[in-house]
Amino acid sequence: MVVETALVVMALSLAVAAWRVVVGPSDADRVLAVDLGFIVVVCSIALLAVRARTPALLDLVLVATLVGFLTTVVLARLVAGRGR
Amino acid sequence: MSGDALGEVVAVAADVLGQGLLLAGSLLVGVAALGLVRLPDVYSRINAGTKAAALGLVLVLLGGVVLAPTAGSVLVLLVAIALQLFTVPIAGFEIAQAARLTGTPVTGRTHHDELGLPGAGATGAADEGPDGEPPGAGRGARP
Repeated sequence: MVVETALVVMALSLAVAAWRVVVGPSDADRVLAVDLGFIVVVCSIALLAVRARTPALLDLVLVATLVGFLTTVVLARLVAGRGR
Repeated sequence: MSGDALGEVVAVAADVLGQGLLLAGSLLVGVAALGLVRLPDVYSRINAGTKAAALGLVLVLLGGVVLAPTAGSVLVLLVAIALQLFTVPIAGFEIAQAARLTGTPVTGRTHHDELGLPGAGATGAADEGPDGEPPGAGRGARP
């Protein structure tokens, strides 16, 4: 029951992040919303791994953490006009 | 007999602790999303979107550590937590630097702005610093 509640909170947070990507007044807002969306997705994968008792999904958490960080840095540099 | 009962108590306590960590972490991520809706400008939203969400993710992963069935998954989760704690400040810094370099305006309620960022609308411009410095003029003028 706790895991289901947490998954509902994750769904609402992902909706908020998508809304901020659409309406965000600046591009930095959109990068921030993409970052939050990635964190929410990683949280959801961890919650699903606990709920379904599937430890293989936790490797996905490790990889997604790194990919999310690289995504944020590259997008932020692209917005700042320093992407090379 | 008593050792069996003790093991059962420990198992229930670990279950309650893990579920509490999962709930606290997900609520922290929800607070970060609420901050993304409610906070007035991008610089304050970066606070909510990086720190609170990352700490929520760390709490959720700690709940996974408590509830994880195998030793390998515990190791993977601890490595993921360490990586998250090391990379989140860099991500927040990069986003804030992007906002700064593109001249994203601060909210008009900002009291003190050492970077000379442009204010948001007429109210922000009216509240500029005591020097009468025009908004956005401080960027190239600083030594």
